[in-house]
Amino acid sequence: MNEFQINSTSTTHMPSDTILYLDGVSVSFDGFKAINNLSLYVKKNELRSIIGPNGAGKTTMMDIITGKTRPDEGRVIYDDMVDLTSISEADIANLGIGRKFQKPTVFENHSVYENLKIALEGRRKVFENLFFKLSAEDDEKIREVLKIIALLEHEKRNAGELSHGQKQWLEIGMLLMQNPKLLLVDEPVAGMTKQESEHTAELLTSLAENHSVVVVEHDMEFVRSLANKVTVLHQGSVLAEGNMDSVQNNQKVIEVYLGE
Amino acid sequence: MKYKPLIFRLLENDKGGKYFIAIVVLLAFIVPICNLAVPENSVFHLSTYVVTLLGKYLTYALLAISLDLVWGYLGILSLGHGAFFGLGGYAMGMYLMRQIGDRGVYGDPVLPDFMVFLDYKELPWFWYGFDQFWLAMLMVFIVPGLLAFVFGWLAFRSRVTGVYLSIMTQALTYALMLAFFRNDFGFGGNNGLTDFKEILGFDLQSDYTRNGLFICSAIALVLGYYICKFIVDSRLGSLITAIRDSEGRVRALGYRDEYIKLFVFVVSAMLAGVAGALYVPQVGIINPGEFSPINSIEMVIWVAMGGRGTLYGAALGAIVVNFAKTYFTAAAPDVWLFMLGGLFVVVTLFLPQGIVGAIKKLSLPKNKADAKTDNTGKFLNQVDVKK
Repeated sequence: MNEFQINSTSTTHMPSDTILYLDGVSVSFDGFKAINNLSLYVKKNELRSIIGPNGAGKTTMMDIITGKTRPDEGRVIYDDMVDLTSISEADIANLGIGRKFQKPTVFENHSVYENLKIALEGRRKVFENLFFKLSAEDDEKIREVLKIIALLEHEKRNAGELSHGQKQWLEIGMLLMQNPKLLLVDEPVAGMTKQESEHTAELLTSLAENHSVVVVEHDMEFVRSLANKVTVLHQGSVLAEGNMDSVQNNQKVIEVYLGE
Repeated sequence: MKYKPLIFRLLENDKGGKYFIAIVVLLAFIVPICNLAVPENSVFHLSTYVVTLLGKYLTYALLAISLDLVWGYLGILSLGHGAFFGLGGYAMGMYLMRQIGDRGVYGDPVLPDFMVFLDYKELPWFWYGFDQFWLAMLMVFIVPGLLAFVFGWLAFRSRVTGVYLSIMTQALTYALMLAFFRNDFGFGGNNGLTDFKEILGFDLQSDYTRNGLFICSAIALVLGYYICKFIVDSRLGSLITAIRDSEGRVRALGYRDEYIKLFVFVVSAMLAGVAGALYVPQVGIINPGEFSPINSIEMVIWVAMGGRGTLYGAALGAIVVNFAKTYFTAAAPDVWLFMLGGLFVVVTLFLPQGIVGAIKKLSLPKNKADAKTDNTGKFLNQVDVKK
């Protein structure tokens, strides 16, 4: 089953179970085309891995989806209707797109509990936060997530004191608190032990039951363990798409990875 | 759980804050007693000069707290907080000028002396209503707040941060200084506003008024402390420090960080305005010198000296530095600026957390302090290994 496309140009037809549709997106920095006419679908409740050599545009793609970078061309359609290229970063987040950054980004001077409290969904306005009171329900939600990310006994510690892997989990936990529809997870297992990696793979797989998850990762073994559809990016566009085996046997992919 | 009023709940985990509030409240009682009730030949007697001086320090303390809110918590180094302090001071000064009435040198019933001198025919429109105390007090909040709002709206929305923002705040106060120095700007130019007679009908030279102003300053300081404490203890407070540490993350969580910054900046500007308004009747003059960049930089030194991000530390720093300033500018006027500069270098090098941080470090049990460094050491090693 070889269903890869090369430089797929936009098709106007879009299946209705699509959560994210990148339509001919291009962006260049100082003449360098970081993303070149990229088109990509992600289905609802799909777990999708994105791989590719350094500089393939993986993180830039995430930046475009979350509104951090604006594309020169193309559209990013979310949930069948919204073009994300025209709304603010905060609005995009509030539409249900959560992101874990490549470098684990947690609030290091806040306790683990406090980190999750900040991420808690809803209540994003200034005065709502000034007069915020934590309800028993909120507390329960936070504890639930603490259990999932195995940080229950560390709740009072400063996030800065956590190990690298624990920080990664805390950041995933913050995503969970936001209760997003689409999770963008950039290199979730960097700096994790094998055991921690396995736990993360389980976690992401279980999340895909009722969320759409896009994972960018270098670790091939980890991507294989996710057992899902893989997209290979190269020079800012899709080089191949399919399951891990078909992608790894693809001649173009082999050239790109070994040719470096 | 037993119900506790907010004023106690806010200080529950704030040991320094408890001491601080207790001392200020105590001063508010003791100082007037020592001035008014204790006979002059007693060692416990405080002269009116000292009362006024202490009152001035308290307004500086309030100003320092307002600066700490934006610098220590939000992470914006404002080098222009003197602008808000000065505007609050001018609003109060305008009221005090109008109170002089026809007792000025030229005896004009409406126009303040400097306007007669500069050949004004009628009162400029922006002086209207300043004979009303309530309007002047409103302006003490509105004028600095509005300036902070407009400035913040433009700066935060275009995501100006760091050094660039600091330079802009410095430029803001400098621009105001130049404007207020102009005679045709309508605020008394170089000489500013002075020769005040009374406030709300109370003679400004009387000991009772002086003590009253001292008590008002103490009340304002305590209220200001509570307002800031309420903000930093709320979930908004967590967000404020989160913005300081990792702004992009806050944005990715769906918060409009620019609105949060704007809110804090405006609140801080208003508090600085109140400090200025209380400062002016006590020192008896407001002139464009208050807007000079060096003043705003001095404020930053107070906060750094006392300790950022604790509120009471900033207040302590303001009082300590100004006490030293009062003493040394009289004892050795030539060396004061060198001392101030030297002090800043010493604090930056040896006391990065200021006086408060140094005290905390000393009072921490030794094994606990060791454990803490161990932890960070371990953490650093891990990061290194994984890289």
